[in-house]
Amino acid sequence: MKNSENKGGNEAIASLPPSTESAIELKNITKRFGHVIANSDVNLKVSTGTIHGIVGENGAGKSTLMNILFGLYKPDSGMIFLNGQAVDVNSPEKSIALGIGMVHQHFMLVPTFTVLENAMLGNEGSMLLRSGEEVVLDRLKDLSNNYGLDVDFEAIISDTPVGMQQRVEILKALNRGAKILILDEPTGVLTPQETIGLFDILRSLREQGVTIILITHKLKEIMSITDTVSVMRGGKVVADFSTEKTSPEELAENMVGRKVLLSIKKPTLKVGKPVLEVKNVSHESKDGVLVLKNISFDLKEGEILGIAGVAGNGQSELLDILSGIETLQRGQITVNDKTILPFQDWNSKKAREFGVAHVPEDRHKRGLVLPFHNYENSILGYHRNEDYSSGFLMDKRKILNFVDDLVENFDVRPRSSSISSGKLSGGNQQKLVLAREIESNPNILLVGQPTRGVDIGAIERIYEDLMKLKSKGTAILLVSVELDEIMSLSDRIVVMNQGTIVGETNSSNATELDLGKMMSGLEQV
Amino acid sequence: MLESFQIIISLLDSTIRIATPLIFCAMAGIFSERSGIIDIGLEGKMLLSAFVAATATFLTGSPIFGLFAAILMSCSASLIHGFACITNKGDQVISGLAINILASGLTITLGIALFSRGGQTPPLASEQRFMPIDFPFLDQLSFVPVFGELFVEVISGHNILVYLSVLAVFFTYYVIFKTRFGLRLRAVGEKPEAVDTAGISVIKMRYQSILIAGMLCGLAGAYLSIAHGAGFGREMSAGKGYIALAAMIFGKWNPIPTLFACLLFGFLEALGVRLEGVELIWIGEVPVQVMQALPYVLTVVLLAGFIGKARAPGAIGVPYSKEG
Repeated sequence: MKNSENKGGNEAIASLPPSTESAIELKNITKRFGHVIANSDVNLKVSTGTIHGIVGENGAGKSTLMNILFGLYKPDSGMIFLNGQAVDVNSPEKSIALGIGMVHQHFMLVPTFTVLENAMLGNEGSMLLRSGEEVVLDRLKDLSNNYGLDVDFEAIISDTPVGMQQRVEILKALNRGAKILILDEPTGVLTPQETIGLFDILRSLREQGVTIILITHKLKEIMSITDTVSVMRGGKVVADFSTEKTSPEELAENMVGRKVLLSIKKPTLKVGKPVLEVKNVSHESKDGVLVLKNISFDLKEGEILGIAGVAGNGQSELLDILSGIETLQRGQITVNDKTILPFQDWNSKKAREFGVAHVPEDRHKRGLVLPFHNYENSILGYHRNEDYSSGFLMDKRKILNFVDDLVENFDVRPRSSSISSGKLSGGNQQKLVLAREIESNPNILLVGQPTRGVDIGAIERIYEDLMKLKSKGTAILLVSVELDEIMSLSDRIVVMNQGTIVGETNSSNATELDLGKMMSGLEQV
Repeated sequence: MLESFQIIISLLDSTIRIATPLIFCAMAGIFSERSGIIDIGLEGKMLLSAFVAATATFLTGSPIFGLFAAILMSCSASLIHGFACITNKGDQVISGLAINILASGLTITLGIALFSRGGQTPPLASEQRFMPIDFPFLDQLSFVPVFGELFVEVISGHNILVYLSVLAVFFTYYVIFKTRFGLRLRAVGEKPEAVDTAGISVIKMRYQSILIAGMLCGLAGAYLSIAHGAGFGREMSAGKGYIALAAMIFGKWNPIPTLFACLLFGFLEALGVRLEGVELIWIGEVPVQVMQALPYVLTVVLLAGFIGKARAPGAIGVPYSKEG
């Protein structure tokens, strides 16, 4: 419906009578960062009092578009209309004045401030804090009651759960008088229950006439809450739908540009003997906080054990200990019949020798050296291997042969051994890391957030590779905050909350609701 | 007994005199660093403004004029710092060090060029300086035991800038913790993105903060050359800017604890001067260098364990940029 119609040019648009029902209209927005075109000729129309979803893979230009609407980025060309009026949104200050509020993916809250101080920032009510606080607090309490935005105004932000932080962000926007609310990937950090709560809030905001734009990559959420949805791909809006007239399959197809399999075929396979046994492992962080408390589980050959939980509940520390990055402080780990005791010599080199491979949660920080070339990254951690070196010199020819096969077999694009890994997309970086670890023939693979920031197309491929590895009998420990991923990949699921294992279940009889309850620590099983 | 009381009184008196420039500088540091800008250039700004204060006062004969010239100078140095590391996102430590080196060389060079006195400015007459102010009712109070003497010798009889430095502490506290400006200033030092997305200019906030820091630093410089001293001497700031920084960290970027840290460091220096050449029981004569090093040693030792973790503002030292 859109592209062909809007080619009329800006003069023609300006002469059209203002349409009363669309709260936001973006016309022919183009934005370049250097040579990269983030948004190309984007058109978008959102009606007043509706929830509009924007879906797209990473790098499709969703966030850029919203940052333009919020005034953080300046578009190279194009026009923005609010309620039919052409506006020049050149700074957040301006967009806030025009009634636009944005809840960013990474919260824009001052961690050392109280909830109240954060919510009032920018609209403090008075030059002096004390008199301003009274005014603002009254206003915020009204907003909080009207929309079910339950917060503790006295609490320090860094002590509050992410769900509350998000409500503070929404309150902050409403305190500035937002009539249009943009939410960028709001559910990424929430438990299923918190997500339901958020959606209730969004629905009650919609009832009061607030227009909401929801950016997400979760198709299920789009289907459950939005009225209309736009799909972005490669910096363009490629399709607009009314939500009730579309399906997740259709959306996914438009996002990727081809048909995608959303379901995973799990190979049926008998699990073998345990290869990784974790007994009573506890861990204290540098700040003296007990981040792991008495963790025990085992992992068997050919099994995928999923560890579910909201980010920051000890999963990262567990991975760090198992992969040898952190020292084991208390408890005992048995890897392939070799036992590791507290404060014993245990490091990532040794872990590799014992047959443990590790795909780290943060591939930028720990998986890759971004400025390195693909061929260097492809042997990182395995560089001592005699296959790649002769004497103390690296054998570049052998490495290049190896990496050529690697990028071919694991579909890393572009198929180049000499491009620096930082230039690859998130999905291809992840494929490279996974390829490297799988090629080391581990019999235990630790995988953290395998699809964080990875496109649907690449996700499909990564799942396939993991399944292939499983059918070879490798034991896989999967840590992920994506519940769907855990449920569809794992054979068994353990749930972590505040450093303890709060429950264990077979994936065949796990429901999202039950897992969600355990994740939020409401229910012990 | 009476003699040791006299010693304590005179120690406290010089503590206050020594602590004054530290207090100004430390408050300047708080304004700057709370907004996220490391201010290692306190030393240089103080030195520059001390020189300008003495020169302007000598040329015009008016210490008020000298004071304003000092503030102007210090603010200009702040702006250079800001241009380098706010506008152009340079390294804040490097920029601050550059100001210190520039100040050290420039004051001597200009001093020799202008006055040919080996870098010193000509001595100022007492009417060209901020002179001690005596409080009323001194005579009556001096009969009150202990308190009277304390009041007459320690509290009264300082120049106006000393009292101004105490006001500066309360000013800093009030502005930073009680005003809208202060809330935004603290926010910009902790999480500039939050301020930017709240529709407030990060750049403007940071420039405002370092300008206030510049003013306070100018007062410190003026104190050295036209209030406490009677003219400028080369390198007369003598590391006070760094001590002030240490006091600020010691005080965890909070004005009131920082005031006490400044007083403590002032007291140590006063003690050092007092103990010069004095034989102590058990220890013997303490080299003066030991006493001079004490504030630094104390900072390291106390920060390492006794006062808990000093948490710097979250975004300190990080230039703010929007797109990436």
